[in-house]
Amino acid sequence: MTDLLRAKELTKHFVTRGPLGARTEFTAVDRVSFEVGLGETLAVVGESGSGKSTTARMAAKLMDPSEGTLEFDGADVTHAKGPELARFRANVQVVFQDPFSSLNPRHTVERILMAPLVYQGIAPNGSRRAHAKELMERVGLNPDHSLRYPGQFSGGQAQRIGIARALAVNPKLVICDEAVSALDVSVQAQVIELLRRLQRESGFSYIFIAHDLAVVRQIAHRVAVMSKGRIVELGPVEQVFDDPQDEYTRTLLAAIPRINPEWDRRRRELQ
Amino acid sequence: MSELLIVEDLTVTFPTTRGPVDVVKGVSFTVGRDDTVGIVGESGSGKSMTSLAIMGLLPRGARTSGSIRLDGAELLGAADRDLRRLRGDRMSMIFQDPLSSLNPYYPVGLQIEEVYRAHRGRSRRAAREVAIAALEQVGLPDAGRRADHYPHQFSGGQRQRIMIAMALVCSPALLIADEPTTALDVTVQAQILRLLADLRRQSGTGMIFITHDLAVISSIATRVLVMRRGEQVEYGTAEQVFAEPRHDYTRMLLESIPRIDDPTNDGVSA
Repeated sequence: MTDLLRAKELTKHFVTRGPLGARTEFTAVDRVSFEVGLGETLAVVGESGSGKSTTARMAAKLMDPSEGTLEFDGADVTHAKGPELARFRANVQVVFQDPFSSLNPRHTVERILMAPLVYQGIAPNGSRRAHAKELMERVGLNPDHSLRYPGQFSGGQAQRIGIARALAVNPKLVICDEAVSALDVSVQAQVIELLRRLQRESGFSYIFIAHDLAVVRQIAHRVAVMSKGRIVELGPVEQVFDDPQDEYTRTLLAAIPRINPEWDRRRRELQ
Repeated sequence: MSELLIVEDLTVTFPTTRGPVDVVKGVSFTVGRDDTVGIVGESGSGKSMTSLAIMGLLPRGARTSGSIRLDGAELLGAADRDLRRLRGDRMSMIFQDPLSSLNPYYPVGLQIEEVYRAHRGRSRRAAREVAIAALEQVGLPDAGRRADHYPHQFSGGQRQRIMIAMALVCSPALLIADEPTTALDVTVQAQILRLLADLRRQSGTGMIFITHDLAVISSIATRVLVMRRGEQVEYGTAEQVFAEPRHDYTRMLLESIPRIDDPTNDGVSA
């Protein structure tokens, strides 16, 4: 498989100051390396403070690494600026956890979906307005609602707007940072299915950041498990879930509450 | 009759600019002395409003009808003074976010002492001993010293332990836990669930456990109430609700859960 994104020994130090001005350095991400192939979904899982979100931000170039390098499509983009960075942004998009705080409440959906095209100077075939409606249709929203505001949509619909915005520039990589974590379980299932369908249709890659391993199992091809800033295990989804090699991965998997399997079996037999 | 709490035909109504809206519609269930009743539902299902109605903590303007009896005594329409006496003593509640329930300006031990003294009126020294014993009981290491620390000096899991200690310090008959593990990491969640189950068993406290997470409910509840848009969809033993759900909505919820042990069950029907 051709690697689309390659992270080599990414490291992030943060400096905090105590009440008396004493400097303490904290390493949030410690020499993390991974690759994302074309059309692949790499999930990064971990508990709070594991460094998964900091890793996602560095991969999205929303934050510079203290050390290490980032390659995209064969080019070193670690210190990309100007047109080089703009090109990276046209190819790498982010979907955040809370759609309402990442969508401007005063802009119509149409304006939100046209903004990335305007920013990138892209004029699609037909008008940008038509493109916005097309995007709405692709993510399962009614295009007749293109002049509504984010506040007029439910949480699941608003997240679909966030996904449509990410797809507006036809990216090669979409980074989902806890993109389905805040949704009710029935809505979550629909959004996961949407994310998978879009990947099937367009062939782009995902980095899927999540704390919920059950969700990760539904969507990932490979999984990186993070703990205390490091990747403790990285492998194909079946291997990480069914034959975990690392002690921490085993602890994490064992802690997940499960529905009584006997009850579950009986329910399925009844159907 | 060993039922501790009997909720009958509970309706909670809020006035809105478009007229009154029922957020809880005719809900009935009971909690026995050795019971954990799980209330499960998605956002807006009315599960939290049901628990606030029991505690007498509904926002001003809410109207209620039906009946809520704790040990035979009617709580709906009871005087504020009587409810204040019951809260923290006969019935307690823990919430999703312990940081917003704890006062940041006071050491945690003192906050537990105050709950105890408010109901038992004992001396500072006696209350301090009880508070430290309560913190030990919830597994807080070095409780004697840690009692003098402030809420921000604890981790999320430890804060939830402190809230549990505070809720149980007067040995209540009923404990309501509203999404107590939702904000916690999964390994910490497992510890808190085990702690709650152990303490409940030791003390014989009846528990209402509110969550959106069916897998959590499955691991802790003896009986389950499924709610949707204020209505009681289904109510039965945990086994019956999970193994033989009677209602389509319950079945849909159960099928929506992403399964860690089964990649083919992705919550989307084939």
